[in-house]
Amino acid sequence: MTMATTQATRQATRQATHQDARQNAPEQAPPAAPFRWRRLVWPAVAVLTAVVVMLPADLLPAWAVKYPAAWHLPLAAWISDVMKWLMNSASFGLFTVRDLTRALSAVLNIPLTMAKAIFATGVMQGEGSQAVQLFPPIPWFSLVIAATTVSYAIGGLRLALGMALGLAYLAVFGQWTSAMVTFASVLVSSIIGAIGGLLLGLACVRSRTLERLISPLLDVAQTMPVFAYLLPMLILFGFGPVSAMIATIIYAVPPMVRITIVAIRAVPEEIEALGRMTGCTRHQITWKMLVPSAMPALMVGVNQVIMLSLNVVIIASMIGAGGLGWDVLAALRRLDIGGGLEAGLAITVLAILLDRFAQALAFNARRNRRAEHSRRRVRHAVYAALVLAAAGWLAAAHWPTIAPYPEGWRLSTAPFWGDLVSWININFNGPLDAVKTFILLNILAPVKQFMLALPWPWVVAVTALAGYWLGGVRLALTVGLMCAFMAVVGLWPATMITVYLCGVAVMISVLIGVPVGIACAQRPALRTVVEWIIDTLQTLPAFVYLIPIVMLFRVGDFTALIAIVLYAIAPAIRYTAHGVAQVSPHLIEAGVMSGCTRRQILTRIRLPLAVPDMLLGLNQTILLALSMLVITALVGTRDLGQVTYAALAKADVGLGLVAGLSVAFIGMIADRLIAAGSARLKARNGH
Amino acid sequence: MSHPVLACRDVAKLYGAKARKFVVDGRLSADAATLAEAGVTAAVRDVNLEIQRGQTFVIMGLSGSGKSTLVRCLSGLTAPTAGAVLFEGRDLFKYSESELIQIRRHQMGMVFQHFALLPHLNVLQNVAFPLEVQGRTRAEREAKAHQMIELVGLKGREARFPSELSGGQQQRVGIARSLAADPDLWFLDEPFSALDPLIRREMQDEVLRLQGMLKKTIVFITHDFDEAARIADRIAIMKDGKVEQIGSAEELVLTPATDYVRAFTREAPRAKILTARAVMRPAPADARFAGLIDARARIAAFAHQVESTDAVYGVVDNGRILGAIDRLAMIDVLVGREPRSVAA
Repeated sequence: MTMATTQATRQATRQATHQDARQNAPEQAPPAAPFRWRRLVWPAVAVLTAVVVMLPADLLPAWAVKYPAAWHLPLAAWISDVMKWLMNSASFGLFTVRDLTRALSAVLNIPLTMAKAIFATGVMQGEGSQAVQLFPPIPWFSLVIAATTVSYAIGGLRLALGMALGLAYLAVFGQWTSAMVTFASVLVSSIIGAIGGLLLGLACVRSRTLERLISPLLDVAQTMPVFAYLLPMLILFGFGPVSAMIATIIYAVPPMVRITIVAIRAVPEEIEALGRMTGCTRHQITWKMLVPSAMPALMVGVNQVIMLSLNVVIIASMIGAGGLGWDVLAALRRLDIGGGLEAGLAITVLAILLDRFAQALAFNARRNRRAEHSRRRVRHAVYAALVLAAAGWLAAAHWPTIAPYPEGWRLSTAPFWGDLVSWININFNGPLDAVKTFILLNILAPVKQFMLALPWPWVVAVTALAGYWLGGVRLALTVGLMCAFMAVVGLWPATMITVYLCGVAVMISVLIGVPVGIACAQRPALRTVVEWIIDTLQTLPAFVYLIPIVMLFRVGDFTALIAIVLYAIAPAIRYTAHGVAQVSPHLIEAGVMSGCTRRQILTRIRLPLAVPDMLLGLNQTILLALSMLVITALVGTRDLGQVTYAALAKADVGLGLVAGLSVAFIGMIADRLIAAGSARLKARNGH
Repeated sequence: MSHPVLACRDVAKLYGAKARKFVVDGRLSADAATLAEAGVTAAVRDVNLEIQRGQTFVIMGLSGSGKSTLVRCLSGLTAPTAGAVLFEGRDLFKYSESELIQIRRHQMGMVFQHFALLPHLNVLQNVAFPLEVQGRTRAEREAKAHQMIELVGLKGREARFPSELSGGQQQRVGIARSLAADPDLWFLDEPFSALDPLIRREMQDEVLRLQGMLKKTIVFITHDFDEAARIADRIAIMKDGKVEQIGSAEELVLTPATDYVRAFTREAPRAKILTARAVMRPAPADARFAGLIDARARIAAFAHQVESTDAVYGVVDNGRILGAIDRLAMIDVLVGREPRSVAA
């Protein structure tokens, strides 16, 4: 693409915000000459940045090098004070805020306790260690029988097999009890999250005002590290599983709301017209037509809710949710890689089972191709299995010894993994260390120093300039203010370390992910394998692969870097593969007919057209990198994640929220800039 | 004569921020140039038409001509910016929300261009849907749905889902559904535009067949003049939001009111549209007829008879001689030449 056309399209997109864009664009985009200076902006910025960094520190005013402590806005302290006031003295007259939140927490506790009673703890009487079990939880054999048969009835043989194998894993590897605790809380929070998200989304579809109000909140909830709002939850709702559940729901609901809005709006207009023409009431249109028609898309949202709920299981376990998350965390503290891996895999297994079951349930009605008589037979089989399971449960209540999974039938691969890592450590200590030192010295350390040497006003200015360049004054103001926020609240150095670590990780992810994605797009078999690997990496709780990395490379930035790359590479691969593969076949044929080689088709047609998708992937990569970054705080980085984590440990609500907001703002700055760039490109491609 | 089922009085539908400014006392008070200057689009304007009971009324025009907007106004889905739509003599938009719901449940049915089948329901449930929202019992609505499915020739496919049907079959389901509640007024919004030409013909025959049995009042939207000519009693041709001409297919072909209508009807299959009455000439006084042709017969039906000889045929209506026709006169009309008088 030549400069002239770039200029022209830039003009055109700028104009596109006005109504009469199309007529005016050609006239207003004469030869590029008058705009020449625009070409020089970014090289100039680069040179100036280098100069600014090289300058001896005393040449710049002191306030620019280090944000003066006197200018700090004590936002953190204010938030802490408000929180204190809320919990201690705020009142609605008849009752206090504390009463309200505690009542809410008691209500939410009901379904949670019930689910736990059924699956994990049984019906208990009494408190703490004096508690007596009145009735046991559903024993493993009953659940296996019931779940497998029901799976067969709604999803066929495949689902039944998967369910049986998955549950068997949980039992055989000794994860049963913890898994059931986790299952109960994920089940309840997923149901509440999915339904709440759906209702909120539907409300947003009806009212644009509500959507505009909620949208930034969703952004913050999604990009802010969970650590940051754990503490307020604890203070508002008390220590325990309910707070963990509420934090989980806050984290997991935004995608459901977003997907609901998009999915309901995407239902063909004719369907709504049909509803009105057949005389449906508004209620009937929503629940009989729009929601069922959008169901396949809505199920994507449910899938997201389940996956995200499981993602925060570990973090939630820090504030008393218990279950598998606690097991992983404990294993990490003991550096017990095998134990952590097995418990982590159990989380993945739960995620997959829950997701597949939910999908099958949603599509059951549509896919049920069985004849009437065989359907009846299946129904009878389900009844029989449920009776059998109930009988097993009663038997377990009568003879408590048969309830637990027998010790002798247990397997564990934990020693194997432990041995494997020690073996690698002993035999490859030298090379591993060399790699680590090399990257630390040549990449990480210089970048870190560079970032820390940048004066904060310069960074804010460049960010705002990028915003202006890509999206105009509004965007410039938004990103500029967000950037300034981090200096104003006094977290500048931590922010720069975050940006440095995240930036390097994203760079590496893109350098590896894009070629892999391109390769995948052209080889379906490879794609299947890669998808499977990245799916596993993403559902496996991040803590799990922190363990081997910590054991191999010890704590520090390098370990954090590897963990972030492993976690954040998935979207880089997936979006590239999707973008490259989805290019219209007509365009490929046009390329073939013009005599392009395979390579030319890739570089001239597929890649340019895939750029908008790849930008979305980049966006996701950055967001995932940021969310992982916070977790790597556990392995001793010095970034905003560490600040958040430390604030949690010190019970400093204000600091935690402010640091969390800073992380969210970094994500949102990247998101807004990339979205603006991507929108421009899409406009150029005529989408 | 009773009032028309549906009528438009100066209906206009404007889009744009300042649209309301141009409506005074419920009437549009500006010309096209003024509207364009203000950035207001007139999707429909100055439309007056009447649709009689039992009539098949076709609204036709190219995309962007405003026909879809007009049908949305007629069916009450969109309120016009100015003017009134009268249903059974009452302004459709003066009905309350609940009255309108009742009207739609019992008196209107609609077929959509892209079928608008509900993907989560099977054929039977889709067809029974209008009855379900009325709160009819399951037995009642399924009995009616079975009847409708049989009517459109889909018996045996009740348990299929929309995604398992071909386009033609899907639209049959759409037709069955639109008829399930026994509406008096049947809207078909470009029902066959998304189908292949062969299937389209088949479905037109289907509509003609159903209309022969059911005698509904039909409002049919299309962009295809041949289709309009095949099924219409009356046709309204639209351009730029205005009705150019309303008349039977024959009137449009023979006496186009504007150049646009002439251009539109130029390529029409005249043999299938024009009747003997329209092409006949005064009969010569001493005529000896080789045979008699009914005045309402289409040229295609009697062409082979007339062309086989030089002789003159008489055109009759209820036994009365109205005029005469011969081979040359017939050919003149078919190719669109100025007619000569019939040879003696």
